[in-house]
Amino acid sequence: MKQMNWKELPHAGTVLKAGNANEYKTGSWRTYKPKWVEENCIQCLFCWIYCPDSAVVVKDEKMTGFDYDHCKGCGVCAMECPGKKGNKAIVMEEEGK
Amino acid sequence: MSATQEKPMTLKSLSHKKDNLSGGHRMCSGCGAPTVVRQVLLAIDEPVVIANATGCLEVSTCLFPYTAWRVPWMHSAFENAAATASGIETMYRSLRKQGKLKKEMKFIAFGGDGGTYDIGFQALSGAMERGHQLLYICYDNGAYMNTGIQRSSATPMGADTTTQPVGSKIPGKTVRRKDLTRIMAAHNVAYAAQASPHNWRDLMTKVKKALATNGPAYMGIMAPCNRGWRTQTNDSILLSRLAVDTCYWPLYEVEGGKWTINYDPKDKKKPIAEWLKPQGRFKHLFAPGNEALLERFQKLVDDDWESLQKLAAAFGAK
Ligand SMILES: Cc1ncc(C[n+]2csc(CCOP(=O)(O)OP(=O)(O)O)c2C)c(N)n1
Ligand code: SF4
Ligand code: SF4
Ligand code: SF4
Ligand SMILES: [Mg+2]
Repeated sequence: MKQMNWKELPHAGTVLKAGNANEYKTGSWRTYKPKWVEENCIQCLFCWIYCPDSAVVVKDEKMTGFDYDHCKGCGVCAMECPGKKGNKAIVMEEEGK
Repeated sequence: MSATQEKPMTLKSLSHKKDNLSGGHRMCSGCGAPTVVRQVLLAIDEPVVIANATGCLEVSTCLFPYTAWRVPWMHSAFENAAATASGIETMYRSLRKQGKLKKEMKFIAFGGDGGTYDIGFQALSGAMERGHQLLYICYDNGAYMNTGIQRSSATPMGADTTTQPVGSKIPGKTVRRKDLTRIMAAHNVAYAAQASPHNWRDLMTKVKKALATNGPAYMGIMAPCNRGWRTQTNDSILLSRLAVDTCYWPLYEVEGGKWTINYDPKDKKKPIAEWLKPQGRFKHLFAPGNEALLERFQKLVDDDWESLQKLAAAFGAK
């Protein structure tokens, strides 16, 4: 983002673009990456409600994958995923492998 | 209170709503607080204005020129989120009276435990006493985390912090925490409650109730911090669940003087060691020679739980 000079800065330090933090990518923070194993997914959406980074993508009431631009790889989703018959639908893999 | 009598919330139905906290904020990986905030915002149907005290949540969600908030949000200082929200709510009432604003709006103040139990306590107490139509939410991670884990009056006894470090002189924090939810209930507010993000339905139902009630409301919400608690990045929900299952953080609500325990683990109540053990800040409690400390911790939890049960029995639904 281009640096603003004092004339361009909005009054009183306001940020006028709601939710523009979305333009800032935190995906590079990851050391582990969540991988979705669709066949084990029961669509409970626990991963979605517990993700601290709004990085679980849900479309038409269904988990469809991750927003890797923002996912920080914490592993909360994998920890809470019930999966199917003891097999998790989210597994954490080392980043860059 | 029609909002609470509606058909039960499901994650599927909630998933159609807009996420009002964007990704790209700079809270640590696995922090409990943004999960709490997402759930709170998803529970609201009306337009809402937020005031936020200084702390991790505030600092890390609005690094200029970015903001993660998709609702109007204001930060002014550390000690005055409740006063800021009071001012906004008062202006709103005035504009409504003058006919300049037609919409029904809600007002929430967020503060960390340092910003709520300690430095913002006076502003909070005043706002509750004056009777503003607002909900104050403390996301409680049990220390001043943003500045490096200093102890607050919410820090549990025995916890290792940078201002009461474990050493040869003291075994971490020497005194017990203060019980702010009960202090808020003693303000005779319209609604006071404790919640935890592992139980999203309970948390979101409480937010709806708190906002629908006539008068000021307070909620204390458990928000694990892996940096300060010395835990893993993946266990915020696990640890918030254990906090409730051990009765360290009971889920209860006080509505117009009526006390209700929302979750009673009964014979499934877990020993406090299960919550303490995964946390590095309590490591020393498990060292040989410190058995008495651990016992004392358990006794504090048991005594508080018993007294809460007595309150619910005495002042619960008849
Ligand atoms: C008046 C004042 N004193 C001190 C600070 C420095 N400060 C900024 S954030 C913070 C800690 C906040 O702790 P808490 O409210 O528990 O929130 P957390 O960071 O733990 O989420 C402190 C001490 C400040 N900003 N203003
Ligand atoms: S690893 Fe963490 S940040 Fe990434 S999707 Fe899972 S819960 Fe969200
Ligand atoms: S938590 Fe697991 S099973 Fe549930 S929706 Fe997410 S990936 Fe699927
Ligand atoms: S220090 Fe703790 S509370 Fe602050 S952002 Fe990191 S995990 Fe969250
Ligand atoms: Mg704190």
